[in-house]
Amino acid sequence: MAGAGGGSNDVQWCFSQVKGAIDDDVAEADIISTVEFNHSGELLATGDKGGRVVIFQQEIENKSQPQCRSEYNVYSTFQSHEPEFDYLKSLEIEEKINKIRWLPQKNAAQFLLSTNDKTIKLWKISERDKRPEGYNLKEEDGRYIDPNTVTALRVPVFRPMDLMVEASPRRVFANAHTYHINSISINSDHETYLSADDLRINLWHQEITDRSFNIVDIKPANMEELTEVITAAEFHPHQCNTFVYSSSKGTIRLCDMRASALCDTHSKLFEEPEDPSNRSFFSEIISSISDVKFSHNGRYMMTRDYLSVKIWDLNMESRPVETYQVHEYLRNKLCSLYENDCIFDKFECCWNGNDSVVMTGSYNNFFRMFDRGQRRDVTLEASREGSKPQQVLKPRKVCADGKRKKDEISVDSLDFNKKILHTAWHPQDNVIAVATTNNLYIFQDKVN
Amino acid sequence: MFPKGTKRKFSDSGDEPAAGGEDVNQPSSVAVRMLSSYSLQRQSLLDMSLIKLQLCHMLVEPNLCRSVLIANTVRQIQEEMTQDGTWQIMTQALSAANAAAQCSADRLVATEVLCRQTEATQGEQVLKPFPAVGSEGCPAEEEVVVEGEGGVTMSTVSPQAPTSYLPGTFGMDPCWEEENGEDEEEDEDSEECGSGSEEGDSDRLVEDSRTAEQVFGTFEIKNPAPSPDPALEELFSDVDASYYDLDTVLTGMQSAPKMGPYDLLESLSSHGPSPLSSSTSCRSDLNELDHIMEIIVGS
Repeated sequence: MAGAGGGSNDVQWCFSQVKGAIDDDVAEADIISTVEFNHSGELLATGDKGGRVVIFQQEIENKSQPQCRSEYNVYSTFQSHEPEFDYLKSLEIEEKINKIRWLPQKNAAQFLLSTNDKTIKLWKISERDKRPEGYNLKEEDGRYIDPNTVTALRVPVFRPMDLMVEASPRRVFANAHTYHINSISINSDHETYLSADDLRINLWHQEITDRSFNIVDIKPANMEELTEVITAAEFHPHQCNTFVYSSSKGTIRLCDMRASALCDTHSKLFEEPEDPSNRSFFSEIISSISDVKFSHNGRYMMTRDYLSVKIWDLNMESRPVETYQVHEYLRNKLCSLYENDCIFDKFECCWNGNDSVVMTGSYNNFFRMFDRGQRRDVTLEASREGSKPQQVLKPRKVCADGKRKKDEISVDSLDFNKKILHTAWHPQDNVIAVATTNNLYIFQDKVN
Repeated sequence: MFPKGTKRKFSDSGDEPAAGGEDVNQPSSVAVRMLSSYSLQRQSLLDMSLIKLQLCHMLVEPNLCRSVLIANTVRQIQEEMTQDGTWQIMTQALSAANAAAQCSADRLVATEVLCRQTEATQGEQVLKPFPAVGSEGCPAEEEVVVEGEGGVTMSTVSPQAPTSYLPGTFGMDPCWEEENGEDEEEDEDSEECGSGSEEGDSDRLVEDSRTAEQVFGTFEIKNPAPSPDPALEELFSDVDASYYDLDTVLTGMQSAPKMGPYDLLESLSSHGPSPLSSSTSCRSDLNELDHIMEIIVGS
């Protein structure tokens, strides 16, 4: 079956691995809330509702078995955030990890930023595979040796040990956000990063935790007038002065930090005029942008709203250059989806390494890929049924009208509790990580 | 689904207008049926939205984006209903109906509220503390209203005053006002701001709110008494309750700033209370109080 993939050859996606518990009873804390590859693709981090971060590492490819690409195995697990209680408001602050972003690697250690609703933390993940042995005053198990019994001196040496991966919090960036943090983005200058909540965006220096600069503030003087919130923000991949933020009204603003200290006035405003024939009471809600991502080359950005994915050319503000319908069959169901709150689901989207394919999730554990060059799209499913090793994923199809063909699924049979909100694409290879509620699926293209 | 050309459509499959075998001599009945079906759907959407805004997760701050989107939807419906004239008809009809008889059981909460409202028109209105849920745009919790210490009346839509549209009058002002440590101050601040911005409309709002409350049933924020209520101070003597008090200004509150907590904060700040008439100075005081509270919290 043909799939969408980069390059001229058809990519066939195969199951590679699945991580997480098998039982249907999902523990709330295990719900995956973010997925992110690091810059080399060797590491894959997930955050969950319980405040934990699990990092998987790709093993060195096994040359003797060219069929299967290397696997991702658990590398490190740590508790990033704990639940907190805001005593003044008598409210809990969830420990759920909203976003993880990897810092570019500078030395042997890996660094990542993880954030919950209020606090961002910089974590250092380092390996230890040697340990000193041969102390003069200490036994191997740590007991102290009586100096009087020492007759000879020796120099301690480092000997190999079992690999130990340690995660330690190096910085805690707290107390800068009144509202819930929805995005963090690391600047290409490798020194600063931004954090965005519903109404404000702050600029931080990676080294300085007690101070941040507010660069966007859309809080109205009179909160009665609040009609729009910030939904996502990201730095440009190459231009360290440029960032974008999206809103609940379907607009994207591009800001230049050189223009002024407070970037409330945008440099560019990207907005597509509404289609009058599709107007309904839900128009605004479904136009709310849930994710914005720059392309790797920095020329485009992609936005995800409830029903579609749009690709924008940064030089054209009037409308997107490409629009892909993710699940148009839901347009007739908006009232039900409003009732069960699914209409507020925030789907993410991602680019592949060479910006030729984009991917996003949907319901029923379906996810969609759109090949921009070949103008093709495919719907695949992340499920245990399709999870035999190297099993090629079969494209799925949803039938919008009553005439259901064989192997199609009707809209009414879709499981709206099974949603794929978080997906990630390896920066170079055709390896993708797709998070269902509490499982992480890894798919690869078929290696022939 | 509605046929193309209809201005708005949002129904799910299932609400098909009976267009098929209609007698062509009675096209108006089809149109009427369609319109009333549309109105019903619109009304149910409005009710649903109000319920969503009301029933918020108590333990964790609710999603501000979601609240804003729902509020915008309500505002949109309201605007349309106002343009249709449906709004006025509905409020009048409800007020007439309520004046006559008991409300039905399924609007039990509303009845409670309404009854209390009418009984206590003289000014003995006790403000029920509301779980403002981190001030994120959530009006009264149902359970709170049912307990019946006091109802909550939404300030009504006043077509002449678009700024006091219902969503705004939800009590979202203090609700969304979520500065650290502001819980106590936000009550009086919102109060001040509210009266500040709506002094002009206050009388009208008071009147209208009594009809709006009937429309909005359980989601009504009671229109507080014009004079400071000793019960208020009693309420605010309990720290936990204080920031629950939605007490939105938006209902055109004209009462004096609350005593206890405000005085406390006032003593912390070097500034006196801002004049009731100025919402902007109220806002700057708010910021200063914010700042002070942040310092306190920060340390």
